[in-house]
Amino acid sequence: MVDFLNALVALSNFVLIPAIAYGSQLALGALGVTLIYGILRFSNFAHGDTMAFGAMITVLITWWMQSVGINLGPLPTALLALPFGILGCMALVLFTDRVVYKFYREQKAKPVILVIVSMGVMFIMNGLVRFIIGPGDQKFADGERFLISAREFKQLTGLREGLAIKTTQCLTVVVAIVCVTLLFWFLNKTRTGKSMRAYSDNEDLALLSGINPERVVMYTWLIVATLATVAGVLYGLDKTFKPFIYFQLLLPIFASAIVGGLGNPLGAIAGGFVIAFSEVTVTYAWKKVLKYLLPENLEPSSLVQLLSTDYKFAVSFVILLIVLLFKPTGLFKGKSV
Amino acid sequence: MSEPFLIGDTMTGGYGKGPDILHDCTIAVNPGEIAVIVGPNGAGKSTAMKAVFGMLDVRSGSVRLDGEDITKLSPQARVVKGMGFVPQTNNIFTSMTVEENLEMGAFIRTDDFSDTLEQVYHLFPILKDKRYQAAGELSGGQRQQVAVGRALMTQPKVLMLDEPTAGVSPIVMDELFDRIIEVSRTGLPILMVEQNAKQALEIADKGYVLVQGANAYTGTGKELLADPEVRKSFLGG
Amino acid sequence: MSEMMKNTALFALVAALILITGFYQSWNSAIFILNMGLISAVMAIGVNLQWGFAGLFNVGIMGFVALGGLAVVLIAEVPTPGAWTSGGVGVIMALILGAMTIVAATVLNKMMQPGRSRTLIMLAILIGGFFLFRAVFDPAVSGIEKINPAAQGNIGGLGLPVLLAWPAGGLLAAGAAWLIGKTALGLRSDYLAIATLGIAEIIIAVMKNEDWLARGVKNVIGLPRPLPNEIDLQNDPGFVESAASLGLDPVTASTLYVKLGYSVLFTVVLLVLLWMAQMALKSPWGRMMRAIRDNEVAARAMGKDVTKRHLQIFVLGSAICGVAGAMMTTLDGQLTPGTYQPLRFTFLIWVMVIVGGSGNNFGAVLGAMLIWFLWVQVEPMGLFFMELITSGMADDSDLKKHLIDSAAHMRLLTMGVILLLVLRFSPRGLIPEK
Repeated sequence: MVDFLNALVALSNFVLIPAIAYGSQLALGALGVTLIYGILRFSNFAHGDTMAFGAMITVLITWWMQSVGINLGPLPTALLALPFGILGCMALVLFTDRVVYKFYREQKAKPVILVIVSMGVMFIMNGLVRFIIGPGDQKFADGERFLISAREFKQLTGLREGLAIKTTQCLTVVVAIVCVTLLFWFLNKTRTGKSMRAYSDNEDLALLSGINPERVVMYTWLIVATLATVAGVLYGLDKTFKPFIYFQLLLPIFASAIVGGLGNPLGAIAGGFVIAFSEVTVTYAWKKVLKYLLPENLEPSSLVQLLSTDYKFAVSFVILLIVLLFKPTGLFKGKSV
Repeated sequence: MSEPFLIGDTMTGGYGKGPDILHDCTIAVNPGEIAVIVGPNGAGKSTAMKAVFGMLDVRSGSVRLDGEDITKLSPQARVVKGMGFVPQTNNIFTSMTVEENLEMGAFIRTDDFSDTLEQVYHLFPILKDKRYQAAGELSGGQRQQVAVGRALMTQPKVLMLDEPTAGVSPIVMDELFDRIIEVSRTGLPILMVEQNAKQALEIADKGYVLVQGANAYTGTGKELLADPEVRKSFLGG
Repeated sequence: MSEMMKNTALFALVAALILITGFYQSWNSAIFILNMGLISAVMAIGVNLQWGFAGLFNVGIMGFVALGGLAVVLIAEVPTPGAWTSGGVGVIMALILGAMTIVAATVLNKMMQPGRSRTLIMLAILIGGFFLFRAVFDPAVSGIEKINPAAQGNIGGLGLPVLLAWPAGGLLAAGAAWLIGKTALGLRSDYLAIATLGIAEIIIAVMKNEDWLARGVKNVIGLPRPLPNEIDLQNDPGFVESAASLGLDPVTASTLYVKLGYSVLFTVVLLVLLWMAQMALKSPWGRMMRAIRDNEVAARAMGKDVTKRHLQIFVLGSAICGVAGAMMTTLDGQLTPGTYQPLRFTFLIWVMVIVGGSGNNFGAVLGAMLIWFLWVQVEPMGLFFMELITSGMADDSDLKKHLIDSAAHMRLLTMGVILLLVLRFSPRGLIPEK
């Protein structure tokens, strides 16, 4: 029984909790991608760099707050700076939409042209972020590091395995739940939110009903900027802030959105967790868990790690391929192929 | 004779820079009446209706609503002016519930539209039963009712239906015609394009037979049904 | 005629830019720009084939380029003694086992009715196959990696002439492209983009982590070269004499000789591919491709197998990128998986094709040379610009230091701006499609 508990704790510590936190971050990112896809009808390659930009503003404000001694006690100061990051990101995406995307929308350009345009935007945002904050790692997390540390947990329970919950992990989940709840409330209950869904569902009929497309597009960008900044900051707090990392997150984020069904917000969340859990379980060395569960003579000699952690991209990719092959519209029904 | 409520007067035009599809075509609806556009395939029935609704470049002629010239207005602006339009296809929001569909119909209204909602539910009782169901899950006839209901939510002064019975079974078709008559009894003028010429002319106060984008025969529904030429050419004897 | 003049003038402009670099900076960097420009031009032809001819959106160019580089190691590197006996056979066996597992699963998927039993058997085959694969693969890999790990520790090459690696690189890239194309073509265009983005990341991950293959991030250096070594030339009295007669010292002369030698080789490849691409463009096949691109529905209605044609051109274009990748690794003389960056190897090529003129082979070549020149020169230009802006600031100002340090990142910004400007104001590029 104690062995079972130890196994459970080890599993939670190394698989469940990290995967839930990572899944929440992916889900927030994928929601942004899926909203753009649903409303503006293209895959936004600049989304990773939008996240980086929002996070960067937040980092800069956090540094300033830290320097003048503003803090949130046990919580990271970045939480206070987050609204400013969101505002900065909103300004950037609205500016980009006005100067860049609007033209192609009026031309009714093919989606693939918009994808290429978003590639150009990606270059610029990436350059901008590197230009302002540099390409290196940046530290901006502060406050209490652990909600409960492994040592405390061991003392508390007397188990051999420790359970450490980082403040940032807990924060990620809480913030993600709040964001998603607000988003779904907005989409399902408010007039503007419903008009966004209507526009995404049937553009022509939405126009006939008197829905103003430019307003819908503007609200979409505002929401996307918020989600991107929140996702970027949470990821940066939990792992690290580095401009290039956000570009690399593009693949798992797209994979999440497609696996869930592009254009479907519920699917984006499910997809985020599917990808996160697969990545973590496939690259985790299961020896630690198995040694408690299996009888001594069967104890594995190797690490029982299916794939090295460097292949975590491969995991999201393989899942993506499987979904594309067997169910191109995704787990939840997304837009048609 | 007084001016009809809605008239597309001697319209000539086509899509974008394409050739003319309509040639001096006139379509009109009087207050409280049902006007039906019929004709063979490719005669420009739907095109004529789209011209009245502003989805087509009208190069000569004009469109007037209640005496006001609206030829230059966009379709959206015409909705605001009081025209309700139900397209032939993709005329509902499939992923949204029936009630949300109706709410979206009332999007341009800033006043309280719960009365209109009750009226629509009264006209189409089945929609009330299915109000929380996704519209895409409904049957063909029910979808058409949602589509018509959505257009009614703006409290339009005239309702335009583009082939409302396309692709539904004969039984459902009869029911839809009944509903349309009921809508018309509320005093709302209706302009309708129909493939099923015979049934449509039976309920029509006024009928327009179009051939190659021009008026071929015009008259009351009864007159057209009785006209031997029309019977022979379009109604199969 | 005037169009011909305009195009000639554009190419002359690029040539002049390179010559100016030669006169004012150094001939070494001028020829470096020329060589990499030629390689980029080959890549651009490949991408233009996919995008310009067929409208396929490939964002995995980096992966195909890297596969070309891998081919150089596998073909040309000297064989590692004992690698084949201590694990090479095992690795091959394991890979065959892996492939058989996937084939078995695919066949089963086709043979059996959908249902729970099919899913269960599929899972059993896949999971069993995976563990079997690992059981054969792991010892073989550690066997290989134990051999002289400081310098080798990989399977080694075949010791064949390095020029053979160029077509081999193309083949390797074609194989990967076929796999991707088979799954993602025929779906909407964004999906191909995302699938190719993914495969590129994975190819790089494999090359970084599978040390037995090409030493991973430990890099393979000193790859064999198709041209003589500079040192050998400097020790060759005949060469030193002819260099002296041109008024050059032996060191400069030897580097220039080797670099120009590469230029000649690359130019030959580029011209051959350009000629082939032009023939393809004018052939009925090329016309059909463009017809499909312009109206897929109509082409399908006329009985063209659109997906199959797309697969064909996708594989061809990727193969060309593979050849270019092999050429690049040959020029570098080393394979360094850590240096493959998507912004540099995928998105920059896209800028080249779009700026040059998608659908026009000459446009792609021009775009490649021009953008490569800018890519290299924007950094010093940015630095100059920043120094100009900050010249009024105090020398110890943090802002000044930051701006000057960040000048290097001007590159991405500039490329993005160029791309957006061309897309907006001249979407058909410098030399538009006819």
